[in-house]
Amino acid sequence: MSLFAILALPLVAAVISWLPLGRRLAPATTLGISSITLILAVTSALRVTAGRPVVAAPNWVELDGLSALVLVLVALVAATAALFSWGYIAREQDARHLRRYYANYNLFVCSLLTVPLVVEPALVWTAVELTTITGVYLVAFDDTPEAVEAAWKYSILTIMGGAMALLGFIVLYRATRFGDAPFTWTGLVVLGPKVSPDVLESAFLLILVGFGAKAGLVPLHTWLPDAHSQAPSPICALLSGVKTTVVLYVILRMLPILNASGRIDVDRWAIIVGLVSVGTAAFLILQVTDYKRLFAFSTVEHMGIILTAAGLGGAGAHYGAVYQILNHSLTKSFCFFAAGSALLAVDTREIADVRGLIRTSPAAGAALLFGGIAIAGAPPLAVFLSEFSILRSGIAAQQYVATGLMAAFVVIAFFGILNHLNRMVFGNAALAGTHTVAIKLPLSCVTTLFLAAAPIIVLGVYMPPPLHRLLQMAAQSLSR
Amino acid sequence: MANFAPVLASLNGLAAGAFLMSAFGLLATRQMQGCLRFYKLQSLTVIASIVLIAIGMHVPDLLAVALLDFAIKPLLIPWLLRRYVREEIFRRREIDQVLNIPGSLLVALVLTLIAYFLAGLLPPASDAMGNINVPIGLAGLLLGAFTLAVRREAVPQLIGIFGIENGSLFAGIAIAPRLPLVAEMAFPFDMLIVALVIGILTRITHERVGTTEVGALRSLREEAAK
Repeated sequence: MSLFAILALPLVAAVISWLPLGRRLAPATTLGISSITLILAVTSALRVTAGRPVVAAPNWVELDGLSALVLVLVALVAATAALFSWGYIAREQDARHLRRYYANYNLFVCSLLTVPLVVEPALVWTAVELTTITGVYLVAFDDTPEAVEAAWKYSILTIMGGAMALLGFIVLYRATRFGDAPFTWTGLVVLGPKVSPDVLESAFLLILVGFGAKAGLVPLHTWLPDAHSQAPSPICALLSGVKTTVVLYVILRMLPILNASGRIDVDRWAIIVGLVSVGTAAFLILQVTDYKRLFAFSTVEHMGIILTAAGLGGAGAHYGAVYQILNHSLTKSFCFFAAGSALLAVDTREIADVRGLIRTSPAAGAALLFGGIAIAGAPPLAVFLSEFSILRSGIAAQQYVATGLMAAFVVIAFFGILNHLNRMVFGNAALAGTHTVAIKLPLSCVTTLFLAAAPIIVLGVYMPPPLHRLLQMAAQSLSR
Repeated sequence: MANFAPVLASLNGLAAGAFLMSAFGLLATRQMQGCLRFYKLQSLTVIASIVLIAIGMHVPDLLAVALLDFAIKPLLIPWLLRRYVREEIFRRREIDQVLNIPGSLLVALVLTLIAYFLAGLLPPASDAMGNINVPIGLAGLLLGAFTLAVRREAVPQLIGIFGIENGSLFAGIAIAPRLPLVAEMAFPFDMLIVALVIGILTRITHERVGTTEVGALRSLREEAAK
């Protein structure tokens, strides 16, 4: 039953947030309900790791290892972003605008939570479409010409991708004519060996192209840096940390189905598309001028890394892929909280205009530096561990070219990110072109920074056994 | 019933022809109103094909889908666009286009040929009467994407997306006519919400930027240091 509660609670929060009953009601409700949702998601995931089936409606709403991982990540980032929003959005004067933000925020979170919970692919498509549509208003929230432009590019490109993927999902349904199994992710894996390869391959390619646009895979990634530079920072944390992951999750779900067929080399597609994304993003990171775009390109890079890892195959690489999903969501949401704090402190997104941030705003400067180091993959933090395990299993699988290219791109991105952030944090403040207004960061923002940093540090040195079990189960769902 | 099969198949062929025509129309018409009219026509041909397939392949569920599609696509969506997108946008006769019309039509012709070859990669229709739907639907998908790429105005770009969706549905209905009813019902509702959200976004764009010529929106770009 708790799975239905996870779906219903954000809807309740959306309705309450909409009511005009004071400025505090909407943020408090959103924070409270997203915390309850997080607790429910974690308990459901624990039941999955204990080996008990978590089924709310058979063949419609179920939870397995991979979907439990994604569900917990969405609920976690939704809760931290709700806390960050409290202080970040408070500067918005118009109470009506504020209520609309929180109402849309809860609808967006609800659609994100639906994707991993639903196992019927046609409904998954609908849920993914809803994540796009409910996000449009949030991207345009700042109401500037640039924000509207970003929202326009975001919606047109990703809805177009959705319309193309639709044909892929309809074609996928054809698979159920080849045997007696329900139209669910697991049912399709069972059917895989019997289905004629043209059905699976054409469905996969349509879904890869269509949802690739939504997940930010090159070449249809162009909306991503625009939307991420213009949307409010808590929304960027959700978009980058979990929205792209949720869409990639759907693409990853296709891999075991095609591998079960045994006649299609789907791993090759995953590696090629993944590496093109990693490489393009690594070089684009070198020349960005806006620090929110910097983190946005890093998202494109990480989506590529996850897809490549899933394509490398073998239990080790699959474990690395789901481990990378976990670490990327945690770290990238932190990065956007840090970028949002820096934006509050200096009021500019230009890298060149920010120098010596560590002196003007120690909290924002330290957070930005920590976020940069963490997302670039420096040891001993979490992203380093997952990237290292992916490279190691790539070598073990004798995929030397793919592994070598990925290692090279990751190193380029590492230097790109740290070079930009180093100048922003430590550079000479006197050289900076603009005003540095010394403002005190809102309490909720600082609290969020600490809360979001904790798991990144802890996971670098200690892996809780239930989480390890969950990752193992998630890797299993990829390799069946 | 068997005697009717050739009649149904020919009628379906007629719908496919009209579908392809209106996909070209979406691309070639110079007027905003005409663009919307071709979209309505295209939706009606999709609905006609759904009804014919429902009868020919004995899938009564599809009749409900056709009814819902009829309520949403040619009626509700144009009404929503009129309501939320300012009248002056519709009153403009000329639509700016990146490529001129004869050039676009030539590219569209090539895309249609490509669709015919690509259709071989897709699984065939589940019944012979739907064979024509697969290549024509795929052509509709490609033409919709091309319309989206060359149009510079907000509403025609949105209609390009609807063209892609219509193409997906036109091909999909023949490949998998027995899709669960819940899913089939979700698709048109999704498009309705898309029309609503993008319609409002178009109005906001007009208020903030002063134009709905979205091709002119280029302040966000990747550039070397200014």
